[in-house]
Amino acid sequence: MNGLSIDQISMRFDLPNGSSVQALKDVTLELGAGELLSVLGPSGCGKTTLLNIVAGFLAPTSGEIRLNGHRVTGPAAERGMVFQQGALFEWMNVRDNVSFGPRMAGRRERDWGANVDHLLEVVGLRDFKEKAVYELSGGMQQRVALARCLANEPDVILMDEPLGALDALTREKMQSLVLKLWKETGKTIILITHSVEEALLLGERLLVMAPRPGRIHREYRLPFADIGVGEDLRAVKKHPEFARTREEILGMIWDMEEEIMGRAEVTGGAAT
Amino acid sequence: MIVFLIYVAIFVGSFLLVKLLVHRTTGDFTARKTVTFGDESAVRPNRIASVVSVLTIFLLWGAFTGSNWVPGFLHAPGPFVGDATFTYTAEAEGVAPDDATVTIRVFPVGEEVDAPEVDPGEGWARNDSATVGAWRSGLVRVDQNDEHGRDEGHTVVAVNGEPIAPGGEVITEYGRVGMSPKGTLNFEPAKGWQMEPIWLPPPEAVMARLGEIAREGYRGSTLWEHLGWSLFRVIAGFFFGAMIGIPLGYAMGLSDWFRGWFDPIVEFMRPVPPLALIPLVIIWAGIGELGKIILLFLAALWIMAIAARSGVSGVSISKVHAAYSLGASKWQIMRHVIVPNSLPDIFTGARVAMGVCWGTVVAAELVAAEKGAGMMIMVASKFQLTDIVIMGIILIGVIGFGIDILMRLAEKALVPWKGRG
Repeated sequence: MNGLSIDQISMRFDLPNGSSVQALKDVTLELGAGELLSVLGPSGCGKTTLLNIVAGFLAPTSGEIRLNGHRVTGPAAERGMVFQQGALFEWMNVRDNVSFGPRMAGRRERDWGANVDHLLEVVGLRDFKEKAVYELSGGMQQRVALARCLANEPDVILMDEPLGALDALTREKMQSLVLKLWKETGKTIILITHSVEEALLLGERLLVMAPRPGRIHREYRLPFADIGVGEDLRAVKKHPEFARTREEILGMIWDMEEEIMGRAEVTGGAAT
Repeated sequence: MIVFLIYVAIFVGSFLLVKLLVHRTTGDFTARKTVTFGDESAVRPNRIASVVSVLTIFLLWGAFTGSNWVPGFLHAPGPFVGDATFTYTAEAEGVAPDDATVTIRVFPVGEEVDAPEVDPGEGWARNDSATVGAWRSGLVRVDQNDEHGRDEGHTVVAVNGEPIAPGGEVITEYGRVGMSPKGTLNFEPAKGWQMEPIWLPPPEAVMARLGEIAREGYRGSTLWEHLGWSLFRVIAGFFFGAMIGIPLGYAMGLSDWFRGWFDPIVEFMRPVPPLALIPLVIIWAGIGELGKIILLFLAALWIMAIAARSGVSGVSISKVHAAYSLGASKWQIMRHVIVPNSLPDIFTGARVAMGVCWGTVVAAELVAAEKGAGMMIMVASKFQLTDIVIMGIILIGVIGFGIDILMRLAEKALVPWKGRG
């Protein structure tokens, strides 16, 4: 079968002080090819752990991940990752960063050259090919990271708060770019974010996770990503349904945060 | 003490003068900062101060050695040179006390002079003459030409009219006249404030010696051979140290077994100064080239291993994760992520290691060597050739500084991303 299946994933690990943490409990999810899933949740709900398990950086205590039918056991080129801070290689220029994947696969430049240059054009970095990445602004670095991921032609793109460190304006532009690339390439994308708006704008499906233990709290299917492809994102935000869903989710996360704080107070931790 | 006070005075004086006369004319961003006290980035070296600082050192050096490079009016008072005189009063059995004059020709050390001719004068005590080198002292046996010698109870009771006794002294305008416990006079001409060349030669003497040794060599080898051997040992020792140390550091950064195995060794050897290993290395490998290169190898090894280890530890995990997600193999991650990411740390380590190696090679050559910068100054010091010692120290400093500059330039050219990740 095509797509990503997350089956009964649980993650539990011991702390140095002897106690243990249940980071994820029985997370199950099916993601069809070409779907864009955004994941929201209060801090500590295991979003990043889940993403690292899907990427293959962590092995779950139980459950399994399957991509296109085969089991995921470690990181591989089929699952690309975009990090919060570009995680670019400073010792390479922009083009070498973007072509890293194909070059490591031993492909020749005539195979990947055109694609890499096209991607650089799409992300608006055509004139910066030869620049050192540390000379670029944060937004440009993030676009390099996006292009680098796409140049490797993964089946699934995992994004761990890729726009979290950007300023509001750059962020908005990048959101449009992500939507555009998603529609153009038809990749499966999992996007972790802290911003409810971003999750609503970009996610075709939206997952709200709850903490302690990390689990799926609620799932939404949203129309806004499809609307946003053709439209100005700011117009999408004015949609009455958008505002209603945003309030609902914000309230949900707010309640969870309250509950965590309340528990901390009861157990004696001074909540500040 | 006087030198120190003059130094402080020049420091403060030039500071005030420069602040008064020179107004900062740059209009860059830093010049517009109002808070500079506590803002380290706003503190840039004042180049005028640097120039004055270097000039001051040469000025003091020249002034207190009577250098030709420093105009005469700036010289510190030199030692007395010329003819010094004092009178003495002698007594002997059965005769009245009598006075006589002693004329002493004080000559710069290294010249040959004859004692001045003097008129014997009247009375039983005769006028004397003698020679004494500047900064030296000499016995003046005034009784030898007198008519009544020691066997007749000849004793000197006063110098320039001031009474003197065995063990005592009289300060004259030309210097100190002392009397030994047995009653013999000695004369020590005034030394002034200048340093004797045997302690500190003037700068031009050092320059002249540099020219001479550059032309004629020293101890059977040219100057370039001496310096070249020292450099060769440093480069050879550093090369082998880096060849072993860097892979060792990588292994320690990448494998828990290597880390556990070598941690105690590295952590133990790191604080042992290489100089402390010299005796052991000499016992094991002798005083030849092998011993020195082993010593420098050991000096560089731990520094390079630690630098490489911290370079590997400094790789941000997201870069490694990103590379894995892009399909890179372990070997490719090593080659394209870990190695380039650790280069800035390795360069820093290499700079430190080169500095330590250069210091260690000089020390090792001081102990035993046939050629080398350290050997040059060691042998020269045994013959009191202070000018060669100072020349050697300056050359060692200049070369060490040159090595560091070269390493910095290489760093800038090869790892431009340093500190930019």
